[in-house]
Amino acid sequence: MTPVWEIAALSLKVSLWAVACSLPAGIACAWVLARCRFPGKILLDGLVHLPLVTPPVVVGYLLLIVLGRNGWLGRLLYDWLGLTFTFTWRGAAVAAAVMAFPLMVRAIRLGIESVDRRLEEAARTLGATPARSLFTVTLPLAAPGLLTGALLAFARCLGEFGATITFVSNVPGQTRTLPLAIYTLLQTPEGETAAAWLAGVSLALAIVALAASEMAARAVRKRLS
Amino acid sequence: MLQFDARRKLAEFEWQGRLELQPGVTALYGQSGAGKTSLVNMIAGLLTPDEGEIAIGGTCVFASRKGVNLPPEQRPVGVVFQDGRLFPHLTVRGNLQYGRRRGKGSAPALEELVELLELESLLDRRPMSLSGGEQQRVAIGRALRTAPDVLLLDEPLAGLDGERRGEVLGFLERLKQDRDRVIVYVTHRMEEVVRLADRLVLIDRGVVQSAGGLQDLLGRPELQALTGQRTAGALLSCRIEQADDGDGLSRLSCAGHSLFLARLGLPPGADVVLQVRAGDVSLSLERPRRSSVLNVMRGTVERVVQEDSALADVVVNVGQTLWARVTRRSVRELALAPGVEVYATIKAASLYSAN
Repeated sequence: MTPVWEIAALSLKVSLWAVACSLPAGIACAWVLARCRFPGKILLDGLVHLPLVTPPVVVGYLLLIVLGRNGWLGRLLYDWLGLTFTFTWRGAAVAAAVMAFPLMVRAIRLGIESVDRRLEEAARTLGATPARSLFTVTLPLAAPGLLTGALLAFARCLGEFGATITFVSNVPGQTRTLPLAIYTLLQTPEGETAAAWLAGVSLALAIVALAASEMAARAVRKRLS
Repeated sequence: MLQFDARRKLAEFEWQGRLELQPGVTALYGQSGAGKTSLVNMIAGLLTPDEGEIAIGGTCVFASRKGVNLPPEQRPVGVVFQDGRLFPHLTVRGNLQYGRRRGKGSAPALEELVELLELESLLDRRPMSLSGGEQQRVAIGRALRTAPDVLLLDEPLAGLDGERRGEVLGFLERLKQDRDRVIVYVTHRMEEVVRLADRLVLIDRGVVQSAGGLQDLLGRPELQALTGQRTAGALLSCRIEQADDGDGLSRLSCAGHSLFLARLGLPPGADVVLQVRAGDVSLSLERPRRSSVLNVMRGTVERVVQEDSALADVVVNVGQTLWARVTRRSVRELALAPGVEVYATIKAASLYSAN
């Protein structure tokens, strides 16, 4: 069995990459849902929420179809950029990001909706383009929501199991994150003690993440008031 | 110059006013719900008219027929909102520096604005920690920093209590010195109009009822319902002749008449606008003798407007326009009609300076 710290490090790496790479898309989606009105908005809303209501195994299977070596997008990415997702930690990060996306968007959307639109109007009358207004007024003021969204997504990524095991299998050192490692140990005779250790590590990570988010949120709120 | 001719359907009525505003301060006056803020938003580009044209300094910023609709950031317009709308995550300095210059003139230096609006001690504070009056001063500075050709002030004093209102009014008066800029001052308070504006535009339910010089409009009894004249009264432009005549009274000259009122504390030569309520003016056919009333002005009746079953408003030309609220019985007994010579009397105790 791989050492505990290596499994924890892999889990952190997968989750951090998942959050970092999906955050821009999450912010964009949240902004569109919070501030724009267009036909088909309800469709986008539904699509974003799909991973929340679909069985994770199904999401993993869909990812396999799309991003697998023979999937239409997977093949393109491999031919152009040499990126492989199947059986790699990158694939695990994609699975985690997709599963965490609805939570991230929901929190950020709430954050953006709580920003007074009249402040954005004021920014426009002061000569700011919509983009400048977004980056200098809306997003700084939505920072608590952004933070919550990123953190919820991070915690969700740490716990991702179903879509990951379906999409990228259970490869030690590549895709065997904390939940997958615990599952594997529980399948092995006398693996229970090690599994308990890993469960403890999972809990500790979750608590540290929560505390960090609470502290950051407090600091941000203090700055705003 | 600002030219506005546009229509827009609103919740309760349609905006269909036409305006042409020259540099200087124009007060936009109307009751709440008259469509004042909608007009401000259309000029600033925050609300799109259904059709029409808006031009600023000869440049078209909106024209439905040509498909022109400049976004707010491309219009040379600055706005001071009723609620300030300072950015809470920036310091006062950050707020002042946020704007980008858009007008023809050069942007005032930060130091200049800080001095004009006395913001030195506030620069590093955040908006939340400022009083309402301080916030509005910062908002005014922030808007001026973009060097706007048109400055829109949308009831900037509405959220303030009496004392703060006076404080900010003082700063707003300093803006009047800038003669190149079109300043639109939206309000429903006549005392602010009298103190700040050169011209007045009366608005009711999306329609421009009247537009013109301040004193001209305020002297017209038929606009009374709109101007709320009952409290404001006609305005007389006067000059101080004697600061104190020995009895604690100031002597003023007004269209060839001498007027007295309680000492104003202003030096001879100073210009003063007096507010005269219609109810404080009485009329007689002969010069009153042995009366306690000090101020008597000879003039000619211009019009008689029936107010209700018992009262009438008489417009008297005494060199300037004055109006008197008298009973219909007096109108009948004195045979008051256009062309009749009358003596208008005003008690010194009921006269006060509007500015």
